[in-house]
Order: sequence, then C-alpha cells, then structure tokens
Amino acid sequence: MAEAQNTPAGSTTAGSIAVAAESTVATRMSAPPSFDVADFPVPHGREEEWRFTPLERLRGLHDGTAVANGGGVKVAIEAPEGVTVETVGRDDSRLGKAGTPVDRVAAQAYSSFEQASVVTVAKEAVLTEPIRIAVHGEGGVAYGHQLIELGAFAEAVVVIDHTGDAVLAANVDYVLGDGAKLTVVSVQDWDDTAVHVGQHNALIGRDASFKSIVVTLGGDLVRLHPRVAYAATGGEAELFGLYFTDKGQHQEHRLLVDHNTPHCKSNAVYKGALQGDGAHAVWIGDVLIQAAAEGTDTYEMNRNLVLTDGARVDSVPNLEIETGEIVGAGHASATGRFDDEQLFYLQSRGIPAEEARRLVVRGFFAELVQQIGLPDLEARLIEKIETELKASV
Amino acid sequence: MATLEIRDLHVTVEADNATKEILKGVDLTVKQGETHAIMGPNGSGKSTLAYSLAGHPKYTVTGGTVTLDGEDVLEMSVDERARAGLFLAMQYPVEIPGVSVSNFLRTSATAIRGEAPKLRTWVKEVKETMAGLQMDPAFAERNVNEGFSGGEKKRHEILQLELLKPKIAVLDETDSGLDVDALKTVSEGVNRVRESGEVGTLLITHYTRILKYIKPDFVHVFANGRIAASGGAELADQLENEGYEAYTKGGPVSGGNSGGAAA
Repeated sequence: MAEAQNTPAGSTTAGSIAVAAESTVATRMSAPPSFDVADFPVPHGREEEWRFTPLERLRGLHDGTAVANGGGVKVAIEAPEGVTVETVGRDDSRLGKAGTPVDRVAAQAYSSFEQASVVTVAKEAVLTEPIRIAVHGEGGVAYGHQLIELGAFAEAVVVIDHTGDAVLAANVDYVLGDGAKLTVVSVQDWDDTAVHVGQHNALIGRDASFKSIVVTLGGDLVRLHPRVAYAATGGEAELFGLYFTDKGQHQEHRLLVDHNTPHCKSNAVYKGALQGDGAHAVWIGDVLIQAAAEGTDTYEMNRNLVLTDGARVDSVPNLEIETGEIVGAGHASATGRFDDEQLFYLQSRGIPAEEARRLVVRGFFAELVQQIGLPDLEARLIEKIETELKASV
Repeated sequence: MATLEIRDLHVTVEADNATKEILKGVDLTVKQGETHAIMGPNGSGKSTLAYSLAGHPKYTVTGGTVTLDGEDVLEMSVDERARAGLFLAMQYPVEIPGVSVSNFLRTSATAIRGEAPKLRTWVKEVKETMAGLQMDPAFAERNVNEGFSGGEKKRHEILQLELLKPKIAVLDETDSGLDVDALKTVSEGVNRVRESGEVGTLLITHYTRILKYIKPDFVHVFANGRIAASGGAELADQLENEGYEAYTKGGPVSGGNSGGAAA
C-alpha cells in the first residue's frame, strides 16, 4: 500500500524570492496607490491583484454600481476608560495616515464613506479590558472607515466583530505610537450571503508591537488586505490568520509587510481549512525588504488543510529583498489534504469519523486560536468551526 | 476466550481500471493467547489480509466471513472493528498534521475503553510504556508520525498496541526497516503484550529475523492469495533455508508441515 501524505489537492502553490532592483510588488499592481477611486480603472479580472477574485460576486463594489443605501451596517463600540471614541466626518485630518488604498475597492471605500469611527487610546494608558467593535450587517450596501490610534506606550486589545449580512467595503487604519502594543482580532463571522472587502493598514511606531489575528469564517466573498509599514526602527509585527472556507465561499487574504525601515521584525502565519464544492481560499503573502531596511528579520507561512474534494487553494508567498544586510528572511507554503488514509488511521484506533475530522481541524488551528487570548471569543470561534465542520461532512 | 475466525475470505482491489482478486480463499483461526506468523513473498497478499481485517476502504470483500467471538467483523465500520478489539500495527503509518501524539493516544484510548482514562494514571501509563520502548518523553508533543524516522513510526505503533490492549493484534511487517537494536526493543514491547495471555497475535513478515525475538506458536506460508502451508516454528526454519520458491510455483507442498489450514 502506498504511503500517502500531504499530497496537494486541487491546489496551486507558487512562491518566489526576488532580488530586485525595483519593486515588483509595486509594479504588479495595475495602478499606483491612491485615495481617489477615479485613479483606478474598473478591473476586468485579469489584473494580477484581481485574477483570483470572482468580480461578479463583488456586487458592484468594484465598478461603482454598489451605492450605499443607509441600511448597510450598524457599528457599536464598547470601550473601557482611557479610550476616546468619536464619529468624525471625511475631512478629519487624522484619517488616511496609516496607508493609501492599493486597489479600486479600497479606494471606493475611501472615496465613499460619510463618517468614520476614531478610537484613541491615550498615551501610556494600559487597558485591562478589550475594546469591542461590533459591525453588524443589516442587509444593505455600506462604505466605512475606522481609525484605531494608540499613543506612545499605550497597550490595548481590540476586537472587530463582523456579523450579519451586508455588502461592505471598509478600511481600517491602525496607528501605533512609540513603544505601543496593539493586538487586533478581526472576526469575519458573516452570514453566508455577505460580501466584505477591506484594507487594514498598520503603521508601527518606534519599538512598538502590532499583533493582528484575522479570523474569516463566513461570507460569500471576503477579501482583506492586511498591510504593515514601519514609522521608525525597532517595530514588530505578528500577523496571524485563520480561515475556514466552506462550500461556495471565496475567502482571500492579501498580506503585505513593507520593511521600509531598519531593524524591524515581522512574522506571518496564516492557516486555512477548506471543505465542499467551490470552496476557494486565496493567500498572497508579499514581504518587501527595502534597501534601507538593514537588520530586518521576517518569516511568513501559509498552511492549508483540504478536507474534501472540490475545494481550491491558491497560495502565493513573495519575498522581495533589496538588501543582503538582514538577520533573516524566509517563507513557506504547504497545502495538504485530510485524506482517506488519515481517516482510516484514526478510525483504526477506534476514533469515529466525525471525531477524527474534529481532532485534525482543532489541532491544525490550535496554535492560532491560542493567540487570541480572550477565552470567550476563543470558545465561540472553536464552536463555530466545529458547527461548520459538521454541517457539510 | 476471544477468537478471530477467517473463513474462505476473498478480496479484490481496483487497480488500473481492472478488478484484481488478491485474496483467494483464506482460512485462519487466531485465538487469544496464540501467536501466528504469516510469512510469504512480496505480492502474495499478506498486507491485503491485514488491511482487509481492519476494514480499509480500498479493499472489497467478495466472499467469505470474518468473525470475532461470533460477531460479524465485515459488517463493522473501521472504528467499530477497533473498538471490538482488533488492532493493526501498520507498515506505513500516515502523518496526521496538527494532532499531537499525546492528544491522539488519549482520544484513541477514550474511544477504545469507552471512557476517558483518569488523567494522572494515564500520564504515568503513557510515560512508563514509552520508557519501555526507549522513546523520549518529548515524542508525545510531536504531531502523529510527522517527520518520524522508520524506527520511530514502528515504536509508536507498538506503543499504541501496548496502551490499547486489543484482543487480536495484526502486526504488518513491523520488522521492516528496523535495525537490530530497534527490532529488539519493538519485539520486547510485543512480548509484554503477549505475556498477558490476553491477545491473539498475527505477525505478518517477509523475513524470519523477527521470529528470533517473538516466538510463534504457528507459522503459515502465504502464497497466491491463500495459506499454502501451516506448521509450527520449525516451518520458519525450513523457509529460512529453502525460501518460498516451492510455494510460489504452485507445486506440491514439501514436508515439514503439520497440515492445518492449507486450502
């Protein structure tokens, strides 16, 4: 009997390490970053940044036909003392500092939102309770913008929890002052009809630490761009992600870490499980080490576990290095399947099939779920994953 | 006393769009406390017998019966067979990404025993059994079979055998790929289980080497999908000297066997 382990299933994994004179990460985009949607042509689907995305399922977010109708999403923010929560207009000068939209939908969101939420944690405030931002979809179309800003040496945990049904394009800016520590958990626990596209920009201050955990479970189409840049030396970014892509769902995570400053660190770990016909996960991991970024230490990894036939993964890590004076740089991508041989092995030890699947998926995600550090949220997400697992097996 | 009875077992496998019969009428009875060695050349169907007993979906039973204490094994799912007391130590155990050995062993023991083992005694039991197999305690935190050497995989299989205490243990080429030291250690593990007198062992092997450490009560020669001859331990010595040639040519069986289950 043949030894069957980690055979790729309906997957493609490509990777590259480029040593480039000019940034290919930048030139792969069809237009330079801009806040104005008019600077981006309407995508036709063959552009590098759109080639994995089913445009027809964006419900018009990409071509200007999706018009906000006031019944899009409700945002409720719960914050402990020491935090200022404001709703501001488009002209607020604090908005847009962490990053510029890199594709048409992000620019559409930036061009279309009417009000933004600004959450500010005062200098040196160390929060013991998380800030909870509930974004609940009410079935309509919405554009949004959020800014979370931590003063120097402030410490906070933020949970952004997306539920319900909506067609939403929204960007989030995270601005970390010197020595600040921010953990953000962004949960996409949408109904299976929702469409959510957004760009998350983190700008990390001197010696500051940013930890992001992106958990995508729901939605018809979710496409997120978590991006990191450093405002000064000594910054650290940890980017964790977990997705459970079900039958018919498209879940796409496009990371970019821009090592533009010396002596910064980044570590990205994204893991996904897929099951059912037409489940499609896309992971793009771009890491750019600019010529000035000596002493950079970076690693990125993507793992996928394909539970059934009919699911597809596209996993593309890109590492672009413009200086050799670095501590370390690496990437890894692997797609394996939970196959009949594994199921047979576990069953032959008395473990029923359903429990065998649960054991494997739970084990696969354990290291990421533990990163959240909020027991109530961890328990909810594990339960959700196990419910989805049962639903279509 | 637990008894595994295999009667006129026929098994086919799909290969290259054709159905091929691999087992052509196997008869064998294994009782608790007995050790049977099944020896045969490559391709004779030994491993097919092992995997068919465990219920691997690749194999289709087209005729015959298998019962364990009178219960129809062939009607049971793979996990039901294990819970009924069948254990297969595999030649090629598969990697299970993301599942630690300790989590796997406990989940398995819970399923087999029908209740979760008490944590304190369980931890001690696992530690002692691992020590007996000369396994580093750190092994328990690794993912099941992931990056294991050949020897580590076999020790891990025998660790499960010792912890799960089946009624009938099928060991599929447990000796293959082991150096002499590892073979001794693994055999000692098997012998500890046999000494309890509560397990019937079906030892499938290509070589006589492991029989120096695990003494069989019965030796069966497997050829062309059935048992071609049966005898005592002396039959193994004869095979060591003469090879399988007399059996693979389908000719008459030479002396040295005491009759038995040959079809």
